[in-house]
Amino acid sequence: MQHFISPVLWQFLVKWLTHFAIFPPEASSIAPYADALYFFLIFISIIGLGAVAFLVIFFSIRYRQSRNPVATQIEGSTLLEATWTIIPLILFMITFVWGALLYFRIYSPPPNAMNIYVVGKQWMWKIEHPGGQHEIDALHIPIDQPIQLTLISQDVFHSFSVPAFRVKREVIPGRYNTVWFEATKPGVYHLFCTQYCGTLHSQMIGWVYAMKPEDYEAWAAGSTSGHSLAQNGERLFASLGCNSCHNSSPNAHGPNLANVYGSHVQLANGQFVTVDDAFLRDTILNPTLHQIAGYAPIMPTYQGQVSEDGLIDLVEYIKRLNSSYRIDQTIDNSAGQPVQAGATPGGTSAPPLAPGAVKP
Amino acid sequence: MSTIVSLPDQSTARLPKVSYLNKEYGLKSWLLTGDHKRIAVLYMISITFFFFIGGAMAALIRLQLLTPYADLLAEDTYNKVFTAHGLIMVFFFLVPSVPATIGNFLIPIMVGAKDLAFPKINLLSWYLYVVAGIMMLCVLTFGGVDTGWTFTTPLSTHYLNTNVVTAGLAVFVAGFSSIFTGLNFIVTIHRMRAPGMTWFRLPLFVWSHYAASILMVLGTPVLAITLVLVVLERTIGIGVFDPTKGGDPLLFQHLFWFYSHPAVYIMILPGMGVISEVISTFSRKRVFGYTAVAFSSVAIAVFGFFVWAHHMFIMGISNYSALVFSLLTMLVAVPSAIKIFNWCATLYKGSITFETPMIYAFGFLGLFTIGGLTGVFLGSLGMDIHLTETYFVVAHFHFVMVGGMLMAYLAGIHFWWPKITGRMYPEGMSRLAAVTTFIGFVVTFSPQFILGYLGMPRRYAAYPPEFQVLNVFSSAGATVLGVGYLMPLLYLTWSLKYGKIAGPNPWQATGLEWQIQSPPLTENFEKTPIVTHEAYDYEWLANKTRNEVTTVG
Amino acid sequence: MDSHTIAAQTAEPAQIELEHPPFLRHHFENLAQQREAATFGMWVFLLTEIMFFGGLFCAYLVFRNWYYPAFVAGSHTLHIWAGTLNTTLLIISSFTMAMAVHAAEVRHRVPLMRWMIVTIILGVGFLCVKGYEWHDEWVHHHVPGLNFSIEEFTHVNPAYPGDKPLAPDMAEKTQLYYSLYFAMTGMHALHMVIGVCLLTILLIRAQAGAYTNGHIAPVENFGLYWHFVDIIWIFLFPLLYLISRHQ
Repeated sequence: MQHFISPVLWQFLVKWLTHFAIFPPEASSIAPYADALYFFLIFISIIGLGAVAFLVIFFSIRYRQSRNPVATQIEGSTLLEATWTIIPLILFMITFVWGALLYFRIYSPPPNAMNIYVVGKQWMWKIEHPGGQHEIDALHIPIDQPIQLTLISQDVFHSFSVPAFRVKREVIPGRYNTVWFEATKPGVYHLFCTQYCGTLHSQMIGWVYAMKPEDYEAWAAGSTSGHSLAQNGERLFASLGCNSCHNSSPNAHGPNLANVYGSHVQLANGQFVTVDDAFLRDTILNPTLHQIAGYAPIMPTYQGQVSEDGLIDLVEYIKRLNSSYRIDQTIDNSAGQPVQAGATPGGTSAPPLAPGAVKP
Repeated sequence: MSTIVSLPDQSTARLPKVSYLNKEYGLKSWLLTGDHKRIAVLYMISITFFFFIGGAMAALIRLQLLTPYADLLAEDTYNKVFTAHGLIMVFFFLVPSVPATIGNFLIPIMVGAKDLAFPKINLLSWYLYVVAGIMMLCVLTFGGVDTGWTFTTPLSTHYLNTNVVTAGLAVFVAGFSSIFTGLNFIVTIHRMRAPGMTWFRLPLFVWSHYAASILMVLGTPVLAITLVLVVLERTIGIGVFDPTKGGDPLLFQHLFWFYSHPAVYIMILPGMGVISEVISTFSRKRVFGYTAVAFSSVAIAVFGFFVWAHHMFIMGISNYSALVFSLLTMLVAVPSAIKIFNWCATLYKGSITFETPMIYAFGFLGLFTIGGLTGVFLGSLGMDIHLTETYFVVAHFHFVMVGGMLMAYLAGIHFWWPKITGRMYPEGMSRLAAVTTFIGFVVTFSPQFILGYLGMPRRYAAYPPEFQVLNVFSSAGATVLGVGYLMPLLYLTWSLKYGKIAGPNPWQATGLEWQIQSPPLTENFEKTPIVTHEAYDYEWLANKTRNEVTTVG
Repeated sequence: MDSHTIAAQTAEPAQIELEHPPFLRHHFENLAQQREAATFGMWVFLLTEIMFFGGLFCAYLVFRNWYYPAFVAGSHTLHIWAGTLNTTLLIISSFTMAMAVHAAEVRHRVPLMRWMIVTIILGVGFLCVKGYEWHDEWVHHHVPGLNFSIEEFTHVNPAYPGDKPLAPDMAEKTQLYYSLYFAMTGMHALHMVIGVCLLTILLIRAQAGAYTNGHIAPVENFGLYWHFVDIIWIFLFPLLYLISRHQ
């Protein structure tokens, strides 16, 4: 749109609208595209409404009874019917194509997106950065960097909405949803839950802090809990005993998870799948549905034993696993035996967990 | 051929000695009636009752939203109030509004029959509505329900301790009321048309009710089974919507919207039928493009079944299925556009007068156009991401439902009031009410489009303070709107005793209903009419009135 | 009979007497219109029933597709003899119902009653077998929400030694199978109960001669309903009982 009308005019229009608080700020790379579609839609609506209003008002004045006492009976006109069928259809098809392109853009993340996890629960947003920064109802992000949010709900349907970025995605239980954006202007923007989720739905709001990269670095350094998500995942991996099967020994019961993220694996039913976040999460909860070819179906389910936060930690850990060195060095805490001879001081060893306890 | 018609001199009109109103007296004769006209009146009274309850809920909502904080109602009370508003307005007002009142009254007369095909089922339909209404009142009395009218799982099944089961069952029962009404209409229109009344001589009101009845009959059972599953999930925990048991909450969304999208067409199509009749009568012209309008009603009904997932674009359906549903949504918008243009063209070279029904019809044309166009905004995938679940959606559906359907309902009530009661309503007061309603509506809901684009979410009891100014405008408009709706309640009731006597055809309209006395006899026609003229045949009418002796009473 | 034929009809007094029997409702022009309207109405109602059951079938198909091994295991715990018996009972009852309609058409009151009684007995028989099956499910802890347990599925099923026992997470999914089993057969049984009650009422009125004087529409249309309920069962039986039974 910026190419069709003068950039000065465009800037003026958007600034004016925002200043009068009847338009949200354009703070992401996709926002101008969404606004362009919106202005097009308003434009065709004004034309459509104008046409109807003009016809109604003009005809009712010109053909009012005192001016036109005898009505002329007209059956119809196929030409007119065709005209006012085809023209709206064309306009709606343009809208469809434009909208579809925008949609695919918003829901297809670029490969270099920085991933941040969001767990929605009644009635707060828990945001977990891979570096170990945890936030509640707040999201700090650097500008000019594509950010992908991986969203999951702990309970009911929520919806993660940042109007200034023109993005929104439902946050549902049982499945990851993702959305991506790239902030372009530093600032503080509203974050809303937009899917009715119970009593305090209207309190499930927060702020997105878009910061210049150097400010973001400073924030990240100062807000970390000291453990990255992957490190948490490592501890969980050990305490749940995952490493007793998923290690690099030649007769391991389970597949080696090093470098498995992003790879193609073959399932027991012959299908090939790409291992992504959703696959990892779902395999931990429903292993029988994702049996890998060549391995016995003995993996137990961890449904009810790991929270969504724990699953995120595990997914992060497996994502960043590019060798099984650390797995092999970890003591299998569920059995109390080292997986391989010689536990090293480098390996973390969390105290054994009581069976059935949920790791936070 | 001259079609000058002048409205008959009301002062010589007399009420007929015998009509369906005075044929029998007593409560039992009303509560056990088989007469479709009496059942229509029973419905009219009950839905007006529920409309004002739903309206009271709306008043509470707009009062709450005057300030950014939850200072009038606590959050959970507010949640119960907007749920009640939605449930009552959708299931207890909009769905039965035109079909069960005006449709029940007029469909047999318009096709030339003595009654609907199944009068007892018609009465049963009303009783089911009443039972459902009582259940709903119980829900409201005993703590309310706060699921939102959409009963979204897993919130409604696992995370609330309010009266979800009773509310779900109330809607289930109301659904059957709707199914039986639709069934009755379909059979009547197919099998009980008078001799000579071919399909293409039917008034467009009948066509639109036929299309709406198809939707009622095919769509509502799916809602019924969905609610049964929700009740079972909530009581026994069957697991079909619970991810921890392998179920899928999105399955609920698909099942629910499979009905609830056609439901909106159930709500609007009968109103569109009213508009066809009103615009034709007050322009003294046949409807332009009769065939196009008739077929577009059926097209809306058919296409309406294939667009349900446009309520789910951001929920995680596959991008490709989103494409399909968006395309179909664009297609379903076209028949509505066709109708609007046909109605505008009906005005061309007409002889237009501005009685109250016509004012409501003009309001419909403008407001439904805006509502429909904003639907296209929402059907456009990328735009929907930003606009869905915000006040933009709220504004959109209020424009089509209230600015569209409710205006059409009021147009119909005023238009056929003389036929139903034998009396005229006071024209000056009613025009004032129509204009008041229009102004109030525009002031109430236009700011909500802006709020929606700003990002204000729906179903919020409290909101960021920068949204307050627009909310105050909206609430101010709501006050005016409320006045506009109270006025008809008052003057229509007044007119029952003090209104001018109407005579059989005060509007000089075509249509079989205007050729019989007002109010009609119980059996509608003294002898079965034999239809030889086309629909909206003003030449036939002019010929008839010129050549007949005007009798009164 | 369309409106033109109605308009063209002329009738002599005796014919008018025949054409205006006591059971003609006055809002209908003639008997033919009444009969056709009633039948058409029943067909439209059955269409709504198809949509009603359709939601359940839709849910069933989705979950069977996702959790096939669990559905196989669940299906194998149902008694094929009971399902087959029920199917046979229902098919025979549809036959007896059709015979009842025929008896009404030829105005034989006693055969009409007899065929109706047999249909009722068969219907009640179906419900008894179903009741036995449900009791059996309850005994084996297969009722979701009451005493559901996946114990049986995590061990080898002696009736199907070829079936491998399920892993616990897949065994959990059998609950979905049973939920749908009870919802679908329950909804079907409810329609059977309503059908048997209606048929009893029709039987009482048939005894008084209400359907052997030419007024066969209620019996005919009830027959349609009964056949529909039968057809629903014909779909339920293979979907629920016959999953992967070929071994």
